[in-house]
Amino acid sequence: MKLFKNFIIIFLLLFSNNLYANENSERNEITKNLRCLICQGQSVYDSDSDFANSMKILVDKKLNEGLSEREIYIYFKEKYGDWILYDPGLNKNTYLLWLLPILIFLFGGAIIFKSSIFKK
Amino acid sequence: MKKKLIPYSIILIFLIIFAVFYKSLKDTNIYTPETKINNDIPIFSADLMYLNQNSTSTEIFELDKFYLLNIWASWCVPCRDEHPILMSLSKNNKLTIIGMNYKDNKKNAKSLLDELGNPYEKIIVDKNGTISIEWGAFGVPETFIIYNNKIIKKYIGPLNQMLFMEIQKTIK
Repeated sequence: MKLFKNFIIIFLLLFSNNLYANENSERNEITKNLRCLICQGQSVYDSDSDFANSMKILVDKKLNEGLSEREIYIYFKEKYGDWILYDPGLNKNTYLLWLLPILIFLFGGAIIFKSSIFKK
Repeated sequence: MKKKLIPYSIILIFLIIFAVFYKSLKDTNIYTPETKINNDIPIFSADLMYLNQNSTSTEIFELDKFYLLNIWASWCVPCRDEHPILMSLSKNNKLTIIGMNYKDNKKNAKSLLDELGNPYEKIIVDKNGTISIEWGAFGVPETFIIYNNKIIKKYIGPLNQMLFMEIQKTIK
């Protein structure tokens, strides 16, 4: 009896975690990177506005048409500009955004380096 | 040297923070989209209201003609405000007005047109809102001026008397 119980427990443990991520994982991944333009501070994935819901349908449609994730981003960028992407590429409008952290890091590093030399 | 470096860098950091905050104090925190114009119109096919037929963008928009595409819905209050302006624009025979009914109930849409008049030559039905996204629209109401399959002007929000004059000037 005990063996049987253990067997059942093991059986349940083995097969109970068969929960797959939902089928829309690719769509969710893409919509998380798209900004909902009419709601502030929300991604298309988070938002339930009319605009976001239509975007989700369109992303599904584009995926069915066989477009890759990158192609979908380019498609929306052409329509709405850089702002729609949460991860904008490096261009003349965004270079400060990308380079500022590096500059701050170098500046801080220089201060630490200098002060450690003076300590010696 | 070390004694000087710290106060100087603190002052510098505060100045930078001050400059950033001072600049963003004047900026509006509502995002106003840069209107992307001179884009080609999207290729799509959609149902038409009243005609009960499917039509493609190339059938609707011919070359060498001015078109005004207006996205509207019966539930949209500002659309009612701009309706008289669309009515007077429809009297201009140089301009063809195409409507796009956005996420609407067919019955409500028709009763609005019965009440206020129908300025549209054709009405594209955008049941789930995807066609207007392909146009790069944000919501209702929104208006595009199209010439030779290119979007030459785009107005977000309801039309007013000033824009009415501007449109009249554009299509002259």
